[in-house]
Amino acid sequence: MNPSLFSPEGLAGIIFLILIGVTILGAIIATCTKRLIRSVTGLAVCFVGVAGLYYFLNSPFVAMMELLIYVGAVCVTIAFAIMLAEPDEARLARKISGLSGGLAAICGGAIAFALGYAAVNGTWMAAPAARANDGSLKMIGESLLTRYSMVFELISIVLLVAIIGSMALARGGRREE
Amino acid sequence: MNELIRLLAYMLGIAAFLGLNLAYLGWVERKGAGHFQRRTGPKEVGPYGLLQPLADGLKLMSKQLVVPTNADRPLYMCAPILIMVPSVLLFVAIPFGEHLVPREFNFGLIMMFAFASMAGLSILIGGWGSGNKYSLIAGTRAVSQNVAYEIPMLITAINIVLITGSLDLNEIVRQQGSYIWNWNVFRLDKSILMPVSFLVFFICSLAETNRTPFDLGECEGELVAGYHTEYGGMGFGLFMMAEYANLVIGCSLTTVLFLGGWQCPFGLFPGPHWFLLKMYFLIWCFVWIRWTYPRTTFWGLLNLSWKYLIPFSLVNLLLTALFIKVF
Repeated sequence: MNPSLFSPEGLAGIIFLILIGVTILGAIIATCTKRLIRSVTGLAVCFVGVAGLYYFLNSPFVAMMELLIYVGAVCVTIAFAIMLAEPDEARLARKISGLSGGLAAICGGAIAFALGYAAVNGTWMAAPAARANDGSLKMIGESLLTRYSMVFELISIVLLVAIIGSMALARGGRREE
Repeated sequence: MNELIRLLAYMLGIAAFLGLNLAYLGWVERKGAGHFQRRTGPKEVGPYGLLQPLADGLKLMSKQLVVPTNADRPLYMCAPILIMVPSVLLFVAIPFGEHLVPREFNFGLIMMFAFASMAGLSILIGGWGSGNKYSLIAGTRAVSQNVAYEIPMLITAINIVLITGSLDLNEIVRQQGSYIWNWNVFRLDKSILMPVSFLVFFICSLAETNRTPFDLGECEGELVAGYHTEYGGMGFGLFMMAEYANLVIGCSLTTVLFLGGWQCPFGLFPGPHWFLLKMYFLIWCFVWIRWTYPRTTFWGLLNLSWKYLIPFSLVNLLLTALFIKVF
């Protein structure tokens, strides 16, 4: 089936391609630039693309949460972490040995090959004939509090431990003065 | 096809509404500032200075775009665009009237917060990209402020969601009846602290839009002009316009959540005019506060959020849940 460009399917396809392009472009900026703050900007662009993909896949709630949490909170937190990192000038001046680059290329190639192999040769499950639920906020809330409540609580414990740990670290630093 | 024409008409309408507002809110602000300080404000260009925004626009557009030597060029160039885009996008979800909504989203409220939260990152990028330490300090200040005040704002908004059981902005307005005591500010049967929630939300929207007394991001005294110090011409213009766009969005959101949106206070002729009336009244309050109160200190600002507003809004949320459960 080859829908025409100006049919709804064709337009949706173009939007899908644009979103994929934005995601990949953001990812490339995030990994290829040498300045950390540009990496964060690339990461934010990548997240916006991913949010668009979620929206395209008919789950607007996850898309909005992606924007709210990842772009609005995670990227900002990373930007604050960057201010504690060493300045760009010092890092750019240091030579990186060729060996690490080669190793990175080998590892990256291996992972890319494995993923590609799995994607091409794996058997894909057919899309379910009926949707599990309507993806509304109510359904998400109900499944979080019934079926996935254990996972939900475990994640919140992990977050709590992380918060307490970071507070302990920050307090320890202050007392040493 | 009809749907397409409707969308195009709405896009044009939003662009016109936005353009007029961004131009003339600047004029309102300067007139307000003038009269509060016993001056006249702009009065030379046109009657009552009404053509001043046009003159400003022409001036800003005819200026050369200068990129400072120390600036991180791509970041410096894209920050004003990044700050403007989400603000413009948000106008899609605002219900101006019962049938005057460009696009009704089930998740309208979350969408508002999601795109509004991107403004902090763009301010930080602008401040960092300028390559100026004052701008950088201002950028970090603005971001830590936005992060701090987003939390009580979201928690207060959850109160409303609990009461209405919907995230659809138009549905939230529809459920507030057509009399003033049915509006969410005065819904004392749902939570006895509703007026205080309104106050918390209002304070948070003051801080989120970086307005005085919380404009620590651009305090002229210490940081020149904050994160837009290094911007000239339309770059500066975009930052200013984004500030006014956020002002309009913040006031619209407060109107929708607490003041009954397009509902009339005494049950007569509900419609977009009531929405605009309430929104512009809130905007006028913002201008009023800006030229009445001095700027707070930075620790005062953060203390207010983390030590008072966040614990209070959490208790408030519990109380609302309790009220809804019991009654």
